[in-house]
Amino acid sequence: MRSLTNLLGDINETFWFPPKASSFAEETDSFFMAIMWISVVFFVLIVAAMVYFVMKFRRRPGYRGDSSALHSNTLEITWTVIPTIIVIWIFARGVYGYMDMMTPPAGDTIDINVTAQKWDWQFQYPNGAISDELFIPNERNIRLRMRSIDVLHAFYVPSFRAKSDVVPGRVTTMWFRPIMEGDFDLFCAEYCGDKHSEMIKKQGVHVLDMESYETKLAELAKPPSHPVYHGYWLYKNRGCKACHSLDGKKIVGPSFQGSWGETVQLSTGESIAFDDQYVQESIYKPQAKFRSGYEKASQMPSFEGQLSLEEVMSLTAFMKEMKNEAFIKLVSDEDGLTPEEAKSYGISDEAVAAKDEGSESGGKGDPANEMPAEPNK
Amino acid sequence: MSEAAVHGDGHGHDDHDHPAFLAHHFDDPEQQYDSGKLGMWLFLVTEILFFSGMFCAYALYRSIHPEVWTFASQFLNSTLGAINTGVLLFSSLTMAWGVRCAQLRQRTGLVVSLAATLGCASIFLGVKAIEYTHKWELGLLPAGTYESQFLPAAAHHGISQWLYVLSAIPAACVLGFGIWYAMTIAKGEKENSEVAGPLLVTALCYFAGVGLGLFLESGEAHGEDHGPGTHSEEHIDGHEHPGNVHEGEEGDPGHKDAHEGGGEEHSMLPGEAKVVFVSAETDGMKPLPKPGAATDKEIDQSGGAGLFFSIYYCMTGVHAVHILAGMGVLTWLLVRATRDHFNEQYFGPVDYVGLYWHIVDLIWIYLFPLLYLIK
Amino acid sequence: MSEIADLSALPQEEREARENFLFNTKGFLSWALTLDHKRIGLMYLVGVMSAFFIAGMLALLIRLELMTPTNTYLSNAQYNQVFTLHGAIMVFLFIIPSVPAALGNFLVPVMLGAKDVAFPRLNLSSFYLWVSGAVFFLAAMLYTGLDTGWTFYTPYSTTTQGPVVAATMGVFILGFSSIFTGLNFIVTINTMRPPGMEWFKMPLFLWATYATSIIQVLATPVLGITVLLLAAERILHIGIFDPAYNGDPVTYQHFFWFYSHPAVYIMILPGMGIISELMSVHSHKSIFGYRFVAYSSVAIALFGFLVWGHHMFTSGMANVTTIIFSALTFTVSIPSAIKVFNWLATMYKGTVQLNTPMCYALNFIFLFTIGGLTGLWLGALSTDRPLHDTYFVVAHFHYVMVGGTLVGFLGGVFHWWPKMTGKMFSETWGKISCLLVFLGFNLTFLPQFVLGSRGMPRRYAQYVAEFQELHQMSSYGAFLLGFGLFVALGVFIHSLMAGKKAPPNPWGGATLEWQCTSPPPYYNFLEPPTVNDPYNYKPLAYRDGDRGWEYVHPEAPEVPQSEPEPAQS
Repeated sequence: MRSLTNLLGDINETFWFPPKASSFAEETDSFFMAIMWISVVFFVLIVAAMVYFVMKFRRRPGYRGDSSALHSNTLEITWTVIPTIIVIWIFARGVYGYMDMMTPPAGDTIDINVTAQKWDWQFQYPNGAISDELFIPNERNIRLRMRSIDVLHAFYVPSFRAKSDVVPGRVTTMWFRPIMEGDFDLFCAEYCGDKHSEMIKKQGVHVLDMESYETKLAELAKPPSHPVYHGYWLYKNRGCKACHSLDGKKIVGPSFQGSWGETVQLSTGESIAFDDQYVQESIYKPQAKFRSGYEKASQMPSFEGQLSLEEVMSLTAFMKEMKNEAFIKLVSDEDGLTPEEAKSYGISDEAVAAKDEGSESGGKGDPANEMPAEPNK
Repeated sequence: MSEAAVHGDGHGHDDHDHPAFLAHHFDDPEQQYDSGKLGMWLFLVTEILFFSGMFCAYALYRSIHPEVWTFASQFLNSTLGAINTGVLLFSSLTMAWGVRCAQLRQRTGLVVSLAATLGCASIFLGVKAIEYTHKWELGLLPAGTYESQFLPAAAHHGISQWLYVLSAIPAACVLGFGIWYAMTIAKGEKENSEVAGPLLVTALCYFAGVGLGLFLESGEAHGEDHGPGTHSEEHIDGHEHPGNVHEGEEGDPGHKDAHEGGGEEHSMLPGEAKVVFVSAETDGMKPLPKPGAATDKEIDQSGGAGLFFSIYYCMTGVHAVHILAGMGVLTWLLVRATRDHFNEQYFGPVDYVGLYWHIVDLIWIYLFPLLYLIK
Repeated sequence: MSEIADLSALPQEEREARENFLFNTKGFLSWALTLDHKRIGLMYLVGVMSAFFIAGMLALLIRLELMTPTNTYLSNAQYNQVFTLHGAIMVFLFIIPSVPAALGNFLVPVMLGAKDVAFPRLNLSSFYLWVSGAVFFLAAMLYTGLDTGWTFYTPYSTTTQGPVVAATMGVFILGFSSIFTGLNFIVTINTMRPPGMEWFKMPLFLWATYATSIIQVLATPVLGITVLLLAAERILHIGIFDPAYNGDPVTYQHFFWFYSHPAVYIMILPGMGIISELMSVHSHKSIFGYRFVAYSSVAIALFGFLVWGHHMFTSGMANVTTIIFSALTFTVSIPSAIKVFNWLATMYKGTVQLNTPMCYALNFIFLFTIGGLTGLWLGALSTDRPLHDTYFVVAHFHYVMVGGTLVGFLGGVFHWWPKMTGKMFSETWGKISCLLVFLGFNLTFLPQFVLGSRGMPRRYAQYVAEFQELHQMSSYGAFLLGFGLFVALGVFIHSLMAGKKAPPNPWGGATLEWQCTSPPPYYNFLEPPTVNDPYNYKPLAYRDGDRGWEYVHPEAPEVPQSEPEPAQS
């Protein structure tokens, strides 16, 4: 199969395992293989005995069985004691590895707050920065303090061999130490509803060197100043995108595209203008009104106290912009904009600031001018 | 269980020597009796395990939140509980007496003792109806619907509307059995009147229980149910935060740490207030206050008291369903007893139902101190 | 009764035809209201097989959807409903009642030489409880679709839209059906053993059934109260399981798995009992280490109650609790290993006849061994953490539930089919079905171990593209497995339509059920059967295809035995 060789395409992967990207991987994998070989030995013995007995003692002319071998305490004790010793060893080694996973080294950890919500992850760093993908420095002990605000989720990074359930009503702590720079997958491993299988961050766990990590954190801590970009930034980082699309499709709640200024139908049958007032109420008191067709989307939490009035204004500015074809095209690429793309399109603080000035000065040679969509002022 | 052991339907192929009560697939009455008895015991084991789930929940939450139990159990009327305990204990006595009568083929004694058992069960339910409706009226409800006892609206008294609803069925029974009894007397059907009479008494016993409950509850209510309200310092407190606790009003995220696992390090972010997505206050959880440090009012408004009543209603409710089921089976026994089905050789069903009835009593014997007495 | 006297005058063959339990009375009601354990067993057999058919089709739908990484045939929501239905129907409607209720009902009294189970009416009512539970369950699911997974984990199950209450009531009812069956068997085995059949002279299938029944009686009530509290949580918000009202989801998991882990042994123990019978009969040699096999059933049943926590190694239990559960988990592996070794030793110096049931038994040992060994990874704490809730777990429990229970169940159905229907089946096609099941099954689930260890989480409607090849292998395997099962169904149908008449003892079994005619008369045995060692095959001699194996008097001169070569039909 073409595929099986493909599976091993990445040099860091083996047939059984994803890359060994954390300090747990070595022990866990070698233990896995140890159990594997023990099992293979037993399995081969059992199947060989089975096949041999079937051939040797099959009913055939001239052969008569001897039914005297009925029990043997020696044998029984042997095949009780040997497996017992083996499973005791397996148990003990399992506990050894487990205690390592459960005991974060004292001091010198980087603590990151994780919030799981249907169906997105959010990470908050020691400097207060918030992101929707995880950025961590290499060769440092990372400790996650995780909570869920709705149902059970589980934080699972296969390359780290690390998994822990996130239980609503509790704070779960887990730790790991990345040993390899790179981008790794994050999965939700506890069933959480419709988009459980989309609650993943493909290549969304970024292990960086310390310097890039600090740069990244500083960048994350500083939101864009321009309201439209600020709104887009909030949309990406504050969980809106889990339920609201930019491409006009219904995920759970209505899309952000094209609604602004329209008259929308409520589930009560009334019509209402989609304006600042309505958006603000929907963010602060989401249970107050439902748009027709979205009655089941009643699980949106209130963001009162989470988003300031200023931030809500930025979001409305962003929604307004979502009627602009070119702008929509820009932001509704499959995965949104990567930081590099955003930069190249001018969606970064410097660019925005430059553009604000440039609009007065004519903006020659400004990267913002290459951006196909200019936010309406 | 027991009924299955009784009465083969005769699809057996021989065995004319079998007595009528012996099912075809059993060899002798002894085997049939032993099977039924073992079956019943196994069934009782499943009953105990069924309740054990709730006892576990009780033990778990009581050990986590002892203060909630102390606070909430004062709303239970232990006089009514004690009366019900006595009533059930007496019904166990009459039941045991009934088994003896069946073994000795004392038909009248059996009918009387079954009727007495039924009557006691009925009194028990009547008292329970008063206890339940009184609590519903006060808003002492499961966690999701629990109403704070520190709100003026909670202090509502008088006979509950719910009591009329609950009493509709027993009232219909009184009417129905009364008419039936009168008819059997008029027609001189002795066997039927021996069923209808006890059933009429049983239905009336419910109202005896209700009357008893009403009397005691009205006498006690003013003394006991206002317990929390009489602490004056909390009354003052109560005006500072008028509404019940709802999402987003209790400001201190530190409260979260009363929950398991959260008590450890707090070294986190400088911008703690700027919590991710949605803060602790708005995620729908009403954090329980720290044990020991809580006032009654905090316990009351944290929603924790509702947890006590959740467990109270689940345990006593499931128990009451078992009482009802027991009454059904007792009625069936009563009918068979008037038909003189039981004798020295065949008294299995009475014995099995007796076992069942004792286990239902026994569960109450545990429920009463756990819920009413231990503070 | 009088008709007996009339019939006894008839020729033997005529009398058997008139009295056999399938045709002694006719009409729908004679089945619907029957108290005959054999008819109830057959009705269960039809019922559980229908449930298996539905859930199997759903499994194929899942595998079809997983051919591609994105949504092709099913949306996320539909996928979630399909895997919930698949799991719930398989567990509650098929695997749990399959062997005990269908085969057990038929066999327990006959193996005991009794006329019926202790409580025939309870038996019938537990069948109807099963039916109403099934209706409840299916209606609830078809109504708007249930998407909680078969485990009903809170708080998802308390907040999702969908008929959770109806479905949990279905589970509640099915639980009672299961309790009543178990209770009936315990009492039957305790009080109705014939004189001479001591505990350690019972067939091992009865030991396994007894152990299973103990679990059914002791564990199922806890499931009952759990689903009741779950329903109350949804309706009244009692705050025991729902964190929104100070409840704790992990408490729900403890409650749920306190039942559902022992339920795993409700599923596998009877399968093991079947294999003990099959290995012995078709090796024509007494089971090796009878007492060890019997005790290991009881040991599994008891240890099974202590290991539920291993479903929760990542849920956030305290470390000490987790370690204790891990240690206890390994204790269960020992009695299972003992069974496998004893089955193998049973063949040693025996006379192995590779009949269809024996092929299934060997298939069972192969697959169950893989299922059991892969449990080692999941019992060990450090390897479980990355593997938990991945396809590794999916593959592991399918090896045990399908490779173990389903294959054992099929082996049992083939083994006792002649006894139940009085018809032989096509050996060739039976073996072909076994081979197809073997190949299809391994192709389906071996790749899933690799998927799991590489990090593919379970219950994913969509997945990252790098897993596609392994998923496709798995899907092709599933189609092959499905085909193999259809072949098995075809064998059964063909046997019913055109099978040769079965002799009373086509395989040479020494347990009591082979002493009555095939199919048995409605009263099972005219004379109480002779109780002897259930695994002593010496007095049996093979006559020919029409007469099968018969008892010969020990002192009779040796008769030339014909070679048993079961008829090809």
